[in-house]
Amino acid sequence: MLRYWIAYRTLAGKEIHRFLRIWPQTLLPPLVTTSLYFLIFGALMGPRIGPMSGVRYIDYIVPGIVLMAVINHSYANVVSSFYSAKFQRHIEEMLIAPMPSWVIMAGYVTGGMFRGLLIGALVLAVASLFADLKVVHPVLAAFMAVMTSLLFSLAGLINATFANSFDDISIVPNFILTPLVYLGGVFYSIQLLPAPWHTLSLFNPILYMINAFRFGFLDVADLAIETAFLIVGGMTLALGAMAWFLLYRGVGIKH
Amino acid sequence: MPALKLHNLRKVYENGFEALRGIDLKVEEGDFFALLGPNGAGKSTTIGIVTSLVKKTLGKVEVCGHDLDHDWVHAKRCIGLVPQEINFNQFEKVSNIVLNQAGFYGVPRRLARKRMEVVLKQLELWDRRNQVSRRLSGGMKRRLMIARALVHSPRLLILDEPTAGVDIEVRRSMWEFLRRLNLEGTTIILTTHYLEEAEQLCRNVAIIDRGRIIESTSMSELLDKLEYSEYFLEVRQIPPEIPVIPGYRIEVVDDHTWSVAVPKHLGLNDLFAGLSREGVVVVNLRPRSNRLEQLFLQRIGGNKHLEQAA
Ligand SMILES: Nc1ncnc2c1ncn2[C@@H]1O[C@H](COP(=O)(O)OP(=O)(O)OP(=O)(O)O)[C@@H](O)[C@H]1O
Ligand SMILES: [Mg+2]
Repeated sequence: MLRYWIAYRTLAGKEIHRFLRIWPQTLLPPLVTTSLYFLIFGALMGPRIGPMSGVRYIDYIVPGIVLMAVINHSYANVVSSFYSAKFQRHIEEMLIAPMPSWVIMAGYVTGGMFRGLLIGALVLAVASLFADLKVVHPVLAAFMAVMTSLLFSLAGLINATFANSFDDISIVPNFILTPLVYLGGVFYSIQLLPAPWHTLSLFNPILYMINAFRFGFLDVADLAIETAFLIVGGMTLALGAMAWFLLYRGVGIKH
Repeated sequence: MPALKLHNLRKVYENGFEALRGIDLKVEEGDFFALLGPNGAGKSTTIGIVTSLVKKTLGKVEVCGHDLDHDWVHAKRCIGLVPQEINFNQFEKVSNIVLNQAGFYGVPRRLARKRMEVVLKQLELWDRRNQVSRRLSGGMKRRLMIARALVHSPRLLILDEPTAGVDIEVRRSMWEFLRRLNLEGTTIILTTHYLEEAEQLCRNVAIIDRGRIIESTSMSELLDKLEYSEYFLEVRQIPPEIPVIPGYRIEVVDDHTWSVAVPKHLGLNDLFAGLSREGVVVVNLRPRSNRLEQLFLQRIGGNKHLEQAA
């Protein structure tokens, strides 16, 4: 067990080091983008949009933007790191070593969660410059952020095992993840949506996560919070099992 | 207890290609073992299965007495691998590559640092420890892979063409290093296309061709099977007719060079006596190829005929 712990720490440490070392690529851009969101949608347009669910608009969008950063960066970290380990073949350093699949999985996921949550925290710090931050249910909000980053780190890992080219690691983030995040109510309450769109939105799991995370901050919600936990919990278990199985069978990494 | 035991190892790749067709092999502890074979014979596939990089289709692998399927933690811990192709992170520092590998094997950080220093010094990379690995020369990259493979002190070191593309001086110092390592007790399995390397280093040898072991024996026994040696003779004043010397086969290569096949039981004295009688002046003599190389070609060639006949 001690040996597994050492192996895990080595991999997780390496993963965290990796994105910290290239911070101009990994930490800076999200801060710039989200600052622009706060500036344009919050400070400049917010007063014209007016309150949303009874909350000042800029305060309303902060939780969604934070969680969006957590989702994107947890996913991006694992998918690019695991894929390049596969592509450059240094994943073999782990495959030859007595490291069970779950240790490899835990190491990569830790890196993804660390980056997602660190960027989430930084974005939150930036938000405090523009918005009036309050966190009504801090434990709930923190738990939701942790679960979300875990879920999307796993998703990134699964994407990377199937990927055969650099294109394959950008398809899901660009064409699936981004639309789901934007349509997941980062900038609006789904109560505003007309009939078919409102119903369609309910099939978007990210909607529930943002809703619950926002509830943690503002104590306002469009949907039941319990649903968010059921969805995130269920998906985490499913994707966790899948990621473990793919690694265990060596899909995409062993011939 | 053998360091490595393979039983009926088979591999069919996803595209249906049958790369291994039942490999049986035993390498004793402490041995220096050569796995030889032409390109595509299945050497790397065999090594891949032993080191868990390739999934076997059928068969059994035992490393230092541990079954790779059931007791994979102990089996894997015994092995160090130097792969055929560069596979470290090119953007990582030399020292980190070695340290991380130790960590993956579960070596505690402190011990890992000590081991890192030892192996990098042994392979003359200590001065480069803070360099990004991409900046190393080809020979240094090969040495880095050896250092990385040794950091957890494996009992069995497997090297897949470690000296490919390495200059002769570095190659010789690598041989020296491996020989010492073997004397200190590490079992070594080596694949190479430089047969001189195998002949100089290895005590036992297996030849693999098209996914089958066609020969597995000691190096000296194998060399004993060599029926004749071939030499190039550089001669002055080539006579109009090639002399006939009983037992020897002489062929003209060019204006100054003959090639002679010397049967093992005859030796060279009679050849020179015969040539002197004919007034031929030999100014130089060199082996046509390394002995193992000749044998190898004979074996592989023989196998080809068999395949065609079958
Ligand atoms: N992933 C793969 N899919 C299909 N066929 C493969 C794969 N990897 C190797 N092969 C085939 O299996 C055979 C054995 O390959 P292997 O790499 O084991 O040969 P080798 O003896 O190491 O050769 P070399 O001396 O060139 O390194 C070759 O015909 C090769 O083309
Ligand atoms: Mg090979």
